[in-house]
Amino acid sequence: MLLEVTLSGATLGGMYALVALGLTLQYGVARIMNLSYGELLVAAAFAALWFYTGVAVSPLVGLIVVPPLAFALSFGIYRVLLQPLVRRAKTRDALEVDSILATFGLLFVIQGVMLAIFGGAYFSYSFLAVPLQIAGATVAANRLLALVLAVVIGVGLYLGLTRTRIGTAVRAVAVDPVAAELVAIDVRTASALAFALGGALVAASGVLVSMFLTFNANLGVVFTLKALVVVIMGGVGNLLGALIAGLLLGLVENYVAVFVDPGLTLAATYAIFLIVLLVRPQGILGRASR
Amino acid sequence: MTVRDGLIGVVCLAGVALLAGLPFVVADYGLSLAINIMSYTVLATAWSLFSGPTRYVSLATVAFFGIGAYTTAVFVEALAWPLVLLIAMAVGSVVASLVGLATLRLSGVYFVIFSFGLAELVRQLVTWFEVNKTRTLGRYVFADITAAQIYWQLLALAVLVFAIGFLIGRSRLGLALRAIGDDETVARHSGIDVTRAKVALFVLSTVFMTLTGAIMAPRWTYIDPAIAFNPVVSFTVLIMALLGGVHRLYGPVLGVVPLALLFEYLLARFPNHFSIMVGLVFIVIVYLIPRGVVGLVEDTVRQRTAAKGAA
Amino acid sequence: MSRTLLEIDGLTRRFGGLVAVDALGFTVAEHEIVGLLGPNGSGKTTVLNLLSGVLRPDAGRIAFRGHAIAGLPAHRIARLGMARTFQLVRPLASLSCHDNVRTGLAFGRRRAWGAAADAEAGRLLDRVGLGGVRGSLPGELTYIDQKRLELARALALQPDLLLLDEWLAGLNPTELDAGIELVRSLNGQGITILLVEHVMDAIRSLCHRCVVMNAGRLIAAGLPAEVLADREVVRAYLGEDDNDRGGGHA
Repeated sequence: MLLEVTLSGATLGGMYALVALGLTLQYGVARIMNLSYGELLVAAAFAALWFYTGVAVSPLVGLIVVPPLAFALSFGIYRVLLQPLVRRAKTRDALEVDSILATFGLLFVIQGVMLAIFGGAYFSYSFLAVPLQIAGATVAANRLLALVLAVVIGVGLYLGLTRTRIGTAVRAVAVDPVAAELVAIDVRTASALAFALGGALVAASGVLVSMFLTFNANLGVVFTLKALVVVIMGGVGNLLGALIAGLLLGLVENYVAVFVDPGLTLAATYAIFLIVLLVRPQGILGRASR
Repeated sequence: MTVRDGLIGVVCLAGVALLAGLPFVVADYGLSLAINIMSYTVLATAWSLFSGPTRYVSLATVAFFGIGAYTTAVFVEALAWPLVLLIAMAVGSVVASLVGLATLRLSGVYFVIFSFGLAELVRQLVTWFEVNKTRTLGRYVFADITAAQIYWQLLALAVLVFAIGFLIGRSRLGLALRAIGDDETVARHSGIDVTRAKVALFVLSTVFMTLTGAIMAPRWTYIDPAIAFNPVVSFTVLIMALLGGVHRLYGPVLGVVPLALLFEYLLARFPNHFSIMVGLVFIVIVYLIPRGVVGLVEDTVRQRTAAKGAA
Repeated sequence: MSRTLLEIDGLTRRFGGLVAVDALGFTVAEHEIVGLLGPNGSGKTTVLNLLSGVLRPDAGRIAFRGHAIAGLPAHRIARLGMARTFQLVRPLASLSCHDNVRTGLAFGRRRAWGAAADAEAGRLLDRVGLGGVRGSLPGELTYIDQKRLELARALALQPDLLLLDEWLAGLNPTELDAGIELVRSLNGQGITILLVEHVMDAIRSLCHRCVVMNAGRLIAAGLPAEVLADREVVRAYLGEDDNDRGGGHA
């Protein structure tokens, strides 16, 4: 029982980590506090649902098709909606406030579109819903597959950011945009790329989540909140920190849901968030700033 | 200066008296619109009382509004009305103090994140409590209160929020807030307990939100967590305050009146696409009128004066 | 010598791998003017930030008027009677000069408010030579006058100890003389002063004692003339490397 709960908690945690990776790119690199982040996840989940039930295409194909679309959409959103704010902001704080406001508006637009199309009902579909035996514990195949894919995507991203020129440029912008500009990195393009990449990641997470969770049009806010909490817990811009924090959150939530009450999972999230705020506000792996 | 202040005072009193007479001259629809405008006036003014000087974007208005509404739903039949309002104030203040003490000593982004999910958290906790403990989801609010009485209470609350905002502007707290808004480090070095000032202001601003919720609850006759903690309320308040302008006490109300009327129209015309419309309106405001109507007017006046000076 | 006002012992602060202040210790007696010297990057401003509560020390003890203040929040330290100015002036931009000073009066030791505070704010502005610009915004003042304003705001706290972070830097010779005279007269009123400074004329004519830092450590302490002639101090300023900004004055 404990092993099963731990395994399904790890799946959820892996998903949170992946979701948070995208947000840490958007917030840490592009300096955009994106409150509409989770809406894209839900939109991708609906897309996967439509692929599977509407035109009978596997969500694995969806995983190949949807993220590039989300990449393009996010790139467009950054260029059209957010770049004017970046240009007008005098300080980083001003940009933070402006981006919070603009993406808060975007949240309601995207959510409104989904509510208009799908209504408020919960959806799910049955894909690879076969039980597997692992070390005496029963795990649904779709959960396991989602976890494996999340790990593959996460490792791929990590290698891409640490081993390629463009990845190095993106990381440099995260550390210091002014210095990055001095060494001839195109900060604007790197920010747009990071924002779009974040969008692709959250869309990929959305497809994976749809394979094993029920979801509705109102769920985006909760995912955004959890991603934000994971990013803060891990230390802003810290990929490894996001991974650890994501796993921790997934495990704790699952334990609370199974052993205490499923109605208290968000309370558990907040409790963890509070503890981090009180004990280590710079994040688990974050460094105190000068 | 004092003559001018006196004149403004007289005009304000006359305005309040006129507004108080409104229920005698308008029909039901007009009164319900007036109640709507009045409640958003309190909410938006209270919101900018805190978020204006500190520049912390609070997304949690409906968490406190909902707490107030639920307090009424639970206690209105058993207790006297003033006692219900007192309990609402107490519950709201405790929640606000906890949130404030946990987040307001850190940088603003923690507060924003915390407030972002706060309504959802409270909604889930109330749902959990009702399902597991009282075994009812949704309550009827049977209160012997007329629409006109609700309107008058809201009017009194609006007068109070303006009076307190005005007094804060002239108090030590007001000076502290202006210093904090300019430079927090310098404010600290001038002996200002920055965290305490922020928490005090946050609690004060949320008390008005909680009371508005408590007073408005009888309007619904039936509430459940989804109605009481509807996130669109937080969003609407934010838009209204920003459209009006948050750096002046009278700013938000200039956003409340036109938007309350616009939303009334949109809600009737596009009931299923309301949140899309509101989202678009909001984005337009953020891009085109970042300092609100008040800021727009002030900037225009300044440019006129500068142009005259140059000519 | 009179009683000790400030006592620092083993004060340490790291930023990542860099040890900005390394087991620093010195004392300041009542009514003294002490110069805190050292080449750029030696950790002087970090010391002021640790003293005034901007930063928390990683280790060490700071005793001010007998209170252990290491790690206390800045507003409590200010209320105990320690005031400071900033290396780059930081006036409260949207407040008039009068209100800038009123801030220190309202929340410092006196908690002064109302007519008494207004009168006192006027007196302090006169004291630093800003009597004529009470209603102006700081942005309308010259750089020198902004520095005066910041000093008036610090004095409003009625401090026992005043920390001046390069307050005399960037003044022309006439202004420098007036500035030195102002600092000396504040000291004459009983305010103890710890100043970080590169202007050697000011150090020679003002300081009773100097402490010199290099790379976060104390390398010399004593009378200004002795300290400035110290071989290690000269080497720290002129350097084997070519960091000689402070050396130009020495």
